[in-house]
Amino acid sequence: MGTRHRVQLTVNGERRSGDTAGRTSLADFLRDTLGLTGTHLGCEHGVCGACTVLLDGSPVRSCILLAAQADGHDVRTIEGVSPPGGPLSPVQEAFCETHAMQCGFCTSGMVLASEALLATTPHPDDAEIDEALGGNICRCTGYVQIREAVRVAAARTADDERVVVRD
Amino acid sequence: MTERAALRWVSRPGAVREDRRFVTGHGRYVADITPPGTLHVGLVTSPHAHARITGIDAEAALALDGVVAVLTGEELAKETDPLRQYLDLPDVHWRPLAVDVARYAGEWVAAVVATSRAVAEDGAELVSVDYDPLPVVLDPEAALRPGAPTVHTGHGTNVLAHREFSWGDVAGDVARADGTTQVRVRWNRNSTVPIETFGVVADWDEHRQLLDVWASIQMPQFPDQLASALRIPGNQVRVHFDVDVGGSYGVKRGIKHGVLAGYLARQLHAPVKLIEDRAENMHGGDFHGPDRIFDIALSYTADGVFTSIRIDVVDDEGAYPGRSPLQLAKPIGAIVGPYRVPSAVYHATAVTTNKTGQVAVRGFGQAPTNYAIESAVDAVARELGMDRFEIRRRNFVAPDEFPYRIPSGTEYDSGDYPAVLDKAVTLADLPALERRRDELRGAGKLAGIGVATCLEPGGGNAIFENIMNPANDKTTFPEACRLRVDGSGAVVAVVSISSAGQSHDTMVATLLGEELGRDPATVTVLRADSLSGMPSQSPVGSRMTIVLGEAIRAAATDLKDRLLRVGAHNLGVPVADVDYVDGDVVVRADSERRLRWGEIVAIAHRKQHLMPDGVEPGLEVVHVAHTPRSGGLTAPDGTVQLYPCFSFETHLVLASIDPDTGVVDLDRYYLAHDCGTVVNPEVVRGMVYGGTAHGIGVALYEQFAYDDAGQPLTQSFMDYLLPSTHEIPDIADDEHCTPSPFTTFGQKGAGEAGYMGAPAAVASAVNDALAASGVAPVMSLPMKPSDVWAAINRTTEGNS
Ligand code: FES
Ligand code: FES
Repeated sequence: MGTRHRVQLTVNGERRSGDTAGRTSLADFLRDTLGLTGTHLGCEHGVCGACTVLLDGSPVRSCILLAAQADGHDVRTIEGVSPPGGPLSPVQEAFCETHAMQCGFCTSGMVLASEALLATTPHPDDAEIDEALGGNICRCTGYVQIREAVRVAAARTADDERVVVRD
Repeated sequence: MTERAALRWVSRPGAVREDRRFVTGHGRYVADITPPGTLHVGLVTSPHAHARITGIDAEAALALDGVVAVLTGEELAKETDPLRQYLDLPDVHWRPLAVDVARYAGEWVAAVVATSRAVAEDGAELVSVDYDPLPVVLDPEAALRPGAPTVHTGHGTNVLAHREFSWGDVAGDVARADGTTQVRVRWNRNSTVPIETFGVVADWDEHRQLLDVWASIQMPQFPDQLASALRIPGNQVRVHFDVDVGGSYGVKRGIKHGVLAGYLARQLHAPVKLIEDRAENMHGGDFHGPDRIFDIALSYTADGVFTSIRIDVVDDEGAYPGRSPLQLAKPIGAIVGPYRVPSAVYHATAVTTNKTGQVAVRGFGQAPTNYAIESAVDAVARELGMDRFEIRRRNFVAPDEFPYRIPSGTEYDSGDYPAVLDKAVTLADLPALERRRDELRGAGKLAGIGVATCLEPGGGNAIFENIMNPANDKTTFPEACRLRVDGSGAVVAVVSISSAGQSHDTMVATLLGEELGRDPATVTVLRADSLSGMPSQSPVGSRMTIVLGEAIRAAATDLKDRLLRVGAHNLGVPVADVDYVDGDVVVRADSERRLRWGEIVAIAHRKQHLMPDGVEPGLEVVHVAHTPRSGGLTAPDGTVQLYPCFSFETHLVLASIDPDTGVVDLDRYYLAHDCGTVVNPEVVRGMVYGGTAHGIGVALYEQFAYDDAGQPLTQSFMDYLLPSTHEIPDIADDEHCTPSPFTTFGQKGAGEAGYMGAPAAVASAVNDALAASGVAPVMSLPMKPSDVWAAINRTTEGNS
């Protein structure tokens, strides 16, 4: 209800726009208006992290951000982490390799939070991993394989960098 | 059982095929399904824990733009039947929307249907309901007392079920004991609280007379119960099982959600979607778990040998019992834990109170019972001044005693409990763990080591229904698999279940690949819906590898039998002279003479002139399998074979307590686990870690708390605390394998692993820490910082 807004933003590299009520969350806008259902809703009150997306590269909770607040910003959702049908990102690859999920409901948020961590901290120690993922609740896995995935992805990235250095 | 050494895919590291769609955001959950024209449901809930509904005014809601309908409990009750219960309680009616009386805070009273969920929620706020508050009863023991307010007045008492069992020479075994230790432990109300709430979409096709249902369910007989409550034939309800379920661990039953959405879809001729919000999930969904008070008496000789156990349990079912009281019966199949105890008494009482209804939770009552048994074992060790490891070793069923019949009549299939305990001790490097404990103590912390050795019954059958209610004579709980080899030789396996993270596609492909000697990666696994599919009871009770494994074996055997007959006929030899080898049919005496997979497929699909008489064309088989060892009723003496397989786990945990705050930190966590033959190692260790983390939550953080008026104090994830990376340490697991003699490859259940022993182990660690400082143990879960702090300070005050 209330006011309606025209929202324009970049989602996964594409310019997208839509009309939305002032109270519509970014999560609902992504899911219902843009059809990007990979963003999941677990609590809708900012605690579980299932709805995590990257806003200008930083993880945010799209359930407590209004779509209108994202106007003009760059949003990356799970659908944009790797090209459709293309190779997975190193983080996605590592999540598969270590089976860092069960039901998959928290996974979108976990992958994006991990991507954001490794983008700023390519060699996180265990405490940094726990800190970066501490706001993403997983009820299935007990986090052990998720931590492994982040370590595996970080090691891969580190290897790639060494290759680059030698070049 | 096939020799493990010969296995090519089972037990080998292998990719989990489900994972790729999840890491790319392409899972398909119920919230993602929105047929054109979908209407959304908002719920009006009772603000009172117990109140008579005297009036409902929906006018303002109906005036709101976008609101299509408002439905009250009275209207719904006229055209639907009450939801299924498993006890004979003719005056206890469980319905999607309260009729006349609301029996807990959060109970659904009316439903508002609108063109969007936001408008439906706005509408729900505009519905005004008049209530006359009634007296509430919250404490389950108070509910038992004469004169307590009754939750269901027509029923006359708050006791929903009371069963008494006595197995073996109890009097003799107690008399020959040198001591009996009694403990009272409290397992408070919690639940599995999946990150995805419950959701359902229902769509009625008037022309086909078919109700299509997509739901985040893990529930036996959901389609049948839906049809019967809606008073339509079973063949008019089509439940789709190709929906990813975002976690369940037992609770995603949602029958009342399904009936409500199904009814509305039929009335409104539009698809209707109901997705709970978090508060509804936590308080209105009837998804709470066991809430129990145990009184245990464990008798023992001076040498610490157990002679008899008595367990009295009171379980608070909340306002509506549904299937939950049956959770008192399942533990009968492991009532003495992994210990040799010759006799047992079990008194189980199910009580109703003004709280949210209870439902099945991971382990179906076993985890609380394990916690109770282990608490008593630790108490006996404290009493005797005996090492907690030693008392367990002394009482373990020995590896050469299997199959081992416990007093309640259930046979444990196999196990090597001492070896698994040894593995955990080695993995943890117990002396190093003790040094670490002492370091923590030196640094001013309270620190203690916890141990728990617990069983996970697997291969769920439904015989607990008969135990709790002899009128219910259900003795089979089947599972099925359909195999299809198409005209090109490609293999499809069809199952009719939905999955909530158990990686069943991977499991089915792996087991089938092994049976057929064909690469699992080439097998497609599909989910039939409830009308085109086969009988299934859903993945409850750690049963799929066991029961579905049996169906896969039998279907594969039927298929191979057909291939052999076609092959032998065309090779011109008797069937007895050929073997099936990885898809080909080979003459045993001359392996050069063979008919290849592709040739047999071509004959079976297209060449009747080459088919032997009596063999059906096409290669399509279906097999429906009983649960291993099911079929019998409970004997008149109360003995019964419950589940067929028994997995075992040993937990070792080091807890550190800040004496100033009572905050418990788990410093190290180890476990050794035996679920027989592992199908996929990555999946099994994930189950073990995940169940352990869930158990840590139960032990330290999670509780649905209420104030004295029955108002829930835990309304969101801000106050119901699910453990995060900050609370869960890295867990180390070592697997042991004692194959089951009753399953196809020796596999046992793993879906409830970790959760079976973690609550007991964490409690043991905290109490070990407290005991070392002369503090009395805390005998209630969760052990919140305030509880631990109070225990420490009670002692300090007492000493000063
Ligand atoms: S759904 Fe956004 S934080 Fe839980
Ligand atoms: S994989 Fe299910 S909640 Fe994380």
